[in-house]
Amino acid sequence: MRHILSLLMENEAGALSRVAGLFSARGYNIESLTVAPTEDATLSRMTIVTRGSDEVVEQITKQLNKLVDIVKVQDLTDGSHIERELMLVKVRASGEYREEMKRLADIFRGRIIDVTDKTYTIELTGAGSKLDAFLEAVDVSAILETVRTGASGIGRGERIMKI
Amino acid sequence: MADLELTGAEIVVRCLQAEGVKHLFGYPGGAVLNIYDEIYKQNGFEHILVRHEQAAVHAADAYARSTGQVGVALVTSGPGATNAVTGIATAYMDSIPMVVITGQVPTPAIGMDAFQEVDTIGITRPCVKHNFLVKDVRELADTMKKAFYIAATGRPGPVVVDIPKDVTQHKCLFHYPDSIAMRSYNPTSKGHGGQIKRAVQMLLEAKRPVIYIGGGVILGNAAQQITAFARLLGYPVTSTLMGLGGYPSPDPLFLGMLGMHGTIEANMAMQHSDVLLAVGARFDDRVIGNPKHFSSEARKIIHIDVDPSSISKRVRVDVPIVGDVAKVLEEFSRLIQASPERPEQQAIKAWWAQIELWRSQDCLKYDRSSPVIKPQYVVEKLYEVTGGEAFVTSDVGQHQMWAAQYYKFDKPRRWINSGGLGTMGFGLPAAMGVQLAHPGADVACITGEGSIQMNIQELATCKQSKLPIKIILLNNGYLGMVRQWQEFFYEERYAESYMSSLPDFVKLAESYGHVGMRIEKPGDVEGALREAFAMKERLVFLDFLTDPRENVYPMIPAGKGLSEMILI
Ligand SMILES: Cc1ncc(C[n+]2csc(CCOP(=O)(O)OP(=O)(O)O)c2C)c(N)n1
Repeated sequence: MRHILSLLMENEAGALSRVAGLFSARGYNIESLTVAPTEDATLSRMTIVTRGSDEVVEQITKQLNKLVDIVKVQDLTDGSHIERELMLVKVRASGEYREEMKRLADIFRGRIIDVTDKTYTIELTGAGSKLDAFLEAVDVSAILETVRTGASGIGRGERIMKI
Repeated sequence: MADLELTGAEIVVRCLQAEGVKHLFGYPGGAVLNIYDEIYKQNGFEHILVRHEQAAVHAADAYARSTGQVGVALVTSGPGATNAVTGIATAYMDSIPMVVITGQVPTPAIGMDAFQEVDTIGITRPCVKHNFLVKDVRELADTMKKAFYIAATGRPGPVVVDIPKDVTQHKCLFHYPDSIAMRSYNPTSKGHGGQIKRAVQMLLEAKRPVIYIGGGVILGNAAQQITAFARLLGYPVTSTLMGLGGYPSPDPLFLGMLGMHGTIEANMAMQHSDVLLAVGARFDDRVIGNPKHFSSEARKIIHIDVDPSSISKRVRVDVPIVGDVAKVLEEFSRLIQASPERPEQQAIKAWWAQIELWRSQDCLKYDRSSPVIKPQYVVEKLYEVTGGEAFVTSDVGQHQMWAAQYYKFDKPRRWINSGGLGTMGFGLPAAMGVQLAHPGADVACITGEGSIQMNIQELATCKQSKLPIKIILLNNGYLGMVRQWQEFFYEERYAESYMSSLPDFVKLAESYGHVGMRIEKPGDVEGALREAFAMKERLVFLDFLTDPRENVYPMIPAGKGLSEMILI
């Protein structure tokens, strides 16, 4: 099962490597990991997407909680939540591609943020599956470069993670 | 105390004094010279100069194991820190409260591949409870406070404080906080009331109960509580290697150690129990073997542990209780005393009858008429000669298992060994830490000729610090535990497990200024031990030439189930 874990942690040097080290040392898998400071500069918020059985994810949560720099851990997939990822894709935009890429970007509510006569750079946000769908819709040979941030997640409505 | 402007080095010393540190184990070098200079000027605590940094850390670790106080070691940067790593990992695996201060190159030199620079924080990260790099002298005092606090609370563990040399020179106003609060670190101590009630009910309804204790009982100072609780119900108790002494071994309720080299009665009782109470134990591979075999039998499991991540890690648990084991057990006893219910006597009687049947197989018997010294015999005699009162440290191998099986520990913090990491070389430096913490006590280091050579240089430390340790070398000429596995599982291909050209240990001991004895006949064992322990002021190195082919029984091969024991 895919799980999205949200972490609040001390914004200190080394905190990220403790989390990353924990995952590699215990053989847990990381699909993606994002981190940045919050409105309170002493805290960072991290989103980790991982896969594992319920037992494994329970262990991951406990082990994360044990890290001294971690203030809070929440499994977003336990309740309703929103997940977003940002992707920048550079595609061929010459000849026949020029129109097609524009159309595809529109369909996926992407924005073209950089234009040359040979390329477009498209910005897309959405759940990871939507970004995957976009990449599948585009002719592979037209994709020049992609960069994705990995998922960020937040609980819906009153579900708030704060200290 | 009025705040004073002090250097980082002075602050380190003041912090250690404020923490009540009496002994600091260490080894100097460039990055810590400022700290050493301040140590020279003070007399609040004693510094013990070891001969290898690994030994400093093991000594501090054993100091902590035998007292319950935080052990402290100090080493220099680079090779000093890397030499300390085995000691840190050893303490980490056994959850020992310890603070290790490492010197670091000056902050501007960090990352420059400076002389004696290593990334100590990176290297130690996976084997510490936490670590700190102090980049600013103004953070030093708070960091030291946090280090001691984190090391000692919750599930204890080693904490490394890495201090760059320039930080030890810089000055700031010194103020040592009385207490510290951390929003990201709040260990739980009180168990959940509802779960405790459920557990007690389950225990009262048990027909084949077993209490299984681990190192957490020792670390959590719960020996008294577990003893009172088990006696209240009259339930059988077994212990892991790390829990020995948590329950008095000579007591009839005690089934002996369980696990790979556990007794028949302990392992069979575990396997056939219907309600299992695990206290400060973690169902590791050396204890229950393959968890698949273990959970195949129907049984309810109650698990008390201070660390939530130990619960349901290898074995699914029915009633998890996170909290301080001593407090939870007190609550257990209180509830049982208040309850009108009692266990079903018929069932418990039948269960004990079954256990006695297993016990009657006397699985720890050995050939007492042997003309060569049996290692088990030496440990039994050591137990007699020391009246069961000695602190016993050990190394790793067969001798460790014999020590655990035949020295009947009846008090906590007397049995000091590296259970989790299994570190050969632990025994002698550990004995140093114990002897310093308990100056008048009998301290024995049970070791093998392989293990003792891994930190043999510490004989010099023992001389310099006047530590009258008794070294009990069970010399079988082999890396015995390796030889045993090769005999059982590798068709007697003894690859590199024989050591020829051993030193003459008697002369070796003498050359360090100690007393050496070689004992070759069973009839001389007791006399030699008595003579050695009568020498209160001297370290005595007793080289017992023991049966080279003796094996540790019973044995459960790795990965097998608890009922698949190899017997003698
Ligand atoms: C540092 C280290 N290296 C290797 C081992 C693997 N090992 C476990 S027991 C053992 C043999 C120990 O021999 P000895 O100290 O002579 O004790 P004996 O088993 O003969 O009693 C070895 C090599 C270990 N535990 N620790």
